[in-house]
Amino acid sequence: MITPLLKGLWVTFKHFVSKPITVQYPKARVGSFDAYRGLQAIRRNPDGSIKCVACGLCEVVCPALAIRIEIGEYEGRRYPITYELDGFRCIYCGLCEDVCPVNAIYLTKEYENVRYTKEELMLDKNALLKRGEMVK
Amino acid sequence: MSPNAIVFVVIKILVIFALVMLVVAYLTLLERKILAHMQIRLGPMFAGPHGILQPIADGIKLFFKEDIITKEADKLFYFLSPALSIIPTLMIFAVIPFGDQTTLWGLLKEPVKLSITELNIGLLYVFAMGGIATYGIVFGGWAQNNKYSLLGGVRAAAQLISYEVAFTLSVFGVILLAGSLNLVEIVDKQKNMWYIVYQPVGFILFLIASVAELKRTPFDLPEAESELVAGFHADYSSMKFAMFFMAEYASIIVCSCIGTVLFLGGWHGPSFLPPFVWYMLKVFVLMYVIIWLRATYPRLRYDQLMKFGWKVMIPLGFVNIFATAIVLILVK
Repeated sequence: MITPLLKGLWVTFKHFVSKPITVQYPKARVGSFDAYRGLQAIRRNPDGSIKCVACGLCEVVCPALAIRIEIGEYEGRRYPITYELDGFRCIYCGLCEDVCPVNAIYLTKEYENVRYTKEELMLDKNALLKRGEMVK
Repeated sequence: MSPNAIVFVVIKILVIFALVMLVVAYLTLLERKILAHMQIRLGPMFAGPHGILQPIADGIKLFFKEDIITKEADKLFYFLSPALSIIPTLMIFAVIPFGDQTTLWGLLKEPVKLSITELNIGLLYVFAMGGIATYGIVFGGWAQNNKYSLLGGVRAAAQLISYEVAFTLSVFGVILLAGSLNLVEIVDKQKNMWYIVYQPVGFILFLIASVAELKRTPFDLPEAESELVAGFHADYSSMKFAMFFMAEYASIIVCSCIGTVLFLGGWHGPSFLPPFVWYMLKVFVLMYVIIWLRATYPRLRYDQLMKFGWKVMIPLGFVNIFATAIVLILVK
């Protein structure tokens, strides 16, 4: 009868001297793991132009209808006049990244997707480009 | 009594009151921190470095909260019971010795005793005041006119009466050994050997009974959060709740002090630390143990509580008394 009681005391004492596992969130961050699917970005060419060729596959494949593209043409090349991504509609499935033939759109590890207004997560072409990396 | 002596006693009372209130405030933080670390958490961290200002923030919050008085409440006892629970608890500090005597590093001409009064029935006074503090809780549970509080109050009455017996029986061994009820004399008798060595069973009984008297986990049935909401103080808010709360923590300090005085040799200890530091160290070790028990054990069921009280604690207490008495007669 006494042994389990003492064992319990030993367990709590062992935890008392061990290091707490709490992360003080706003002060310290856990970060996201490698395969995390977070907020999108679009890659840029070395000259700063958009990598997207406006094929429209992402718009078609998107199950949440979060992407809307207006297609334009310049010197025989297609490019998106507007590229709108609704971060609140997006379900972060990653199909747009999978389907993209030129690796333009991709999902970053960004996980803090909380905004005060809906407009702040309505990402247009410039916002997505600004978030995206330059292709080497 | 000369006016000089009265001023002196008043100063002592003020110092001890301030000290007790400070320790009560920081005991809440200590408890939260210890519980947190036992659950591998950090506890309060935001108010000041490592949450050091948290008790002050809590105090300010409680002070500015709305003071709710329910329509059905029995007003007189509703107002009376918080005071009835805290005042006897604070009055116990009148007899608790915090040290032998001191001149405050040569500041005073004559040495001063480190207790407010030295009563020759000190221990009896402690138990009497502890008994009166029970009324605060029972009346509080009754006066709110609410079924949860009533159940809490009824449970408190039954539990405190049952364990008061075991609590008193557990210290009889020490009284037999010391031959005195005066707390200072009991400490003086432990100069060479602490009574915990002669009275290990008594000490364990004392510890369990005092946790039950304090209404703390695993004996926290009167306030059982998960079944009785908050039990006997469910409808209290603001400073009235704070008074119940302070009474609970002040009685933790009282129990730790009494345990130190009766079993752990009071301020006696190896001379590399001053006596008062030894005393505080032992008190805080006992407080830590009480918090440790809370972090470890789940709440008892009501029948288990009563069975344990009447069928284990009280018979063991009696056996302890008779064994101590027989050994004392044989030795003498």
